[in-house]
Amino acid sequence: MYQYDEFDTAFLAERNAQFRAQVERRLDGSLTEDEFKPLRLMNGVYLQLHAYMLRVAIPYGTLSADQMRVLAELAERWDKGYGHFTTRQNIQYNWPKLRDIPDMLDRLAEVGMHAIQTSGNTIRNVTADHFAGAAADELVDPRPYAELLRQWSTDHPEFQFLPRKFKIAVSGSPNDRAVTKAHDIGLVATERDGETGFEVLVGGGLGRTPMVGKTIRDFLPLADLLPYCEAIVSVYNRLGRRDNKYKARIKITVHENGLDEMRAQVEARFAELRAQFDGRDMDALDRIRKQFALPPFRASSPLPDRLDPALQGWLEANVTPHKRADHAIVTISIKAHGQTPGDATADQMRLMADLAERYGYGELRISHEQNVILPHVRRADLPAIYARLNKAGLGTANVGLASDIIACPGMDYCALATARSIPVAQGLAVALQPLEREIGALKIKISGCINACGHHHVGHIGILGLDRAGVENYQITLGGDGTETMTIGERAGPGFAYDQIVPAVERLVRAYLKLRRDTDETFLAAYRRLGAAPFKAALYPEEKAHAA
Amino acid sequence: MSRRPFIPKVVTANRLIEGDVVYLAADDRWVVSLKEAEIYEDEAVAEARLLDASRQTETVVGVYLADVTPGPDGPEPVHFREAFRASGPTNYAHGKAHEVL
Repeated sequence: MYQYDEFDTAFLAERNAQFRAQVERRLDGSLTEDEFKPLRLMNGVYLQLHAYMLRVAIPYGTLSADQMRVLAELAERWDKGYGHFTTRQNIQYNWPKLRDIPDMLDRLAEVGMHAIQTSGNTIRNVTADHFAGAAADELVDPRPYAELLRQWSTDHPEFQFLPRKFKIAVSGSPNDRAVTKAHDIGLVATERDGETGFEVLVGGGLGRTPMVGKTIRDFLPLADLLPYCEAIVSVYNRLGRRDNKYKARIKITVHENGLDEMRAQVEARFAELRAQFDGRDMDALDRIRKQFALPPFRASSPLPDRLDPALQGWLEANVTPHKRADHAIVTISIKAHGQTPGDATADQMRLMADLAERYGYGELRISHEQNVILPHVRRADLPAIYARLNKAGLGTANVGLASDIIACPGMDYCALATARSIPVAQGLAVALQPLEREIGALKIKISGCINACGHHHVGHIGILGLDRAGVENYQITLGGDGTETMTIGERAGPGFAYDQIVPAVERLVRAYLKLRRDTDETFLAAYRRLGAAPFKAALYPEEKAHAA
Repeated sequence: MSRRPFIPKVVTANRLIEGDVVYLAADDRWVVSLKEAEIYEDEAVAEARLLDASRQTETVVGVYLADVTPGPDGPEPVHFREAFRASGPTNYAHGKAHEVL
């Protein structure tokens, strides 16, 4: 894992001191709220519905056990004893007091963490495949490249006032677990003539105008990563619209100018910039790569043939093959049925840190699906890990199933939300629990407003909470897909009231169980085969009756 | 053209330091309970109180007028967003409804 050097440490100390002084000046009245707001946002501090919120960056979702313990400490000392893992691999604290936030940031800095650029019109936390460094299907570990991008983009003077926020995701595998096609820049490792490079996607995004990222370069040599990304952001900074915030993301820039024109301008800018990158970026990459060396794997004996059924169920749902046959990747579900998706208590965070230290070479990951990963675990240790997780309420065996729901904070916390998300997720998880093994792979994603932090557009079943004449109303989209075959879901029809949305989704999945060809046909596959009509008939039985 | 009837209002904001949702009471205190908020049934009075409150920049942020309905125990929220602001999040029993009201 990347360790901060003297430069990083000094930079962070200076930045934190600067923010502490800004908070003091706000509290003594020297700064107005209008002056202070952009400064606090640059340091990840929002004012939400009930309180301030501090969003802490977890670069490319990678955490050490010590860092996780500090996240637990923050939750306990300065919040209400829990934190919320987000769909951008960050953690949010929902209840900090403004005067405490400088102390929280100083504590984070002690373990090489910060909240810089987790808000504002800047390049945000670079995200990556949560199985990075461990996945069996990986061409290259994406984290060194994500770290290089993090260093390049942090406090980059040219990119502090972009037309709008800018998000980059990196996948080292052709099987996209990082939703790269829904990012401003998506980087997907690929090979050509034996050389590894990146396919570069541009202009993907969700929000009010969802768009699938388009390939602007089908093969970018690894050595050209920074100058090419800088060229894209530089062209966007110049062409991107500043007259209308709803048309300011690069997806609109690409749409309005056309991909070919965008590509031509990026290539021209790249030709200028490439000469300025004199190899120091590659020297930095070499230094970074050394810090992402694989852990000293210890050989493991296989699991016994006969296992407890509960453990067997957990292994089937939550454990993924590792690049080493005697190791495994464990996904810890932060989606206990009826609980808030992505919320972990300080005690749970400490337990996960302890397990990472004892069984996982000290490493953890946060997924955009709001779960926590132990990326390197000896197979023989799986029963002991499960036993300890289960005792702490973290043994839910539902990864990839109907109750493994992505949900944004919604109107329970978020000032932008138009309806609640969390209680809908809680209700659905409880209602679908008895069926979820039978249903199999199903991704339900819920957003509490059109900004789509809950990725509803790419849910197999997407739910969007809206305010319809002062009442919460929920629209369903069907057939979305956030992987390498990314598809934007189609709106099914009129929305449902708060007390009707859970029964509506239940009808939908029960219809799927009757419609599927066999138990191997997933919800998404059945939807693609049959189209929307039979699913709409299940959602709107009255209309079907009228039509008859 | 008839003018739409004025919907009664309260002045609300978030405390500068804590971020808590607060309401302006008749005695100029900022209170956490919506029930204790002063209710304005006259638009001019509401605007004047909003202006006063907006000057208290060292105490509160994000001051605005929220629609309410007069109820037997004081103002009641009209919109569900204001209902959540008044009582706290619905996913945990740790919002202010469970602490102070």
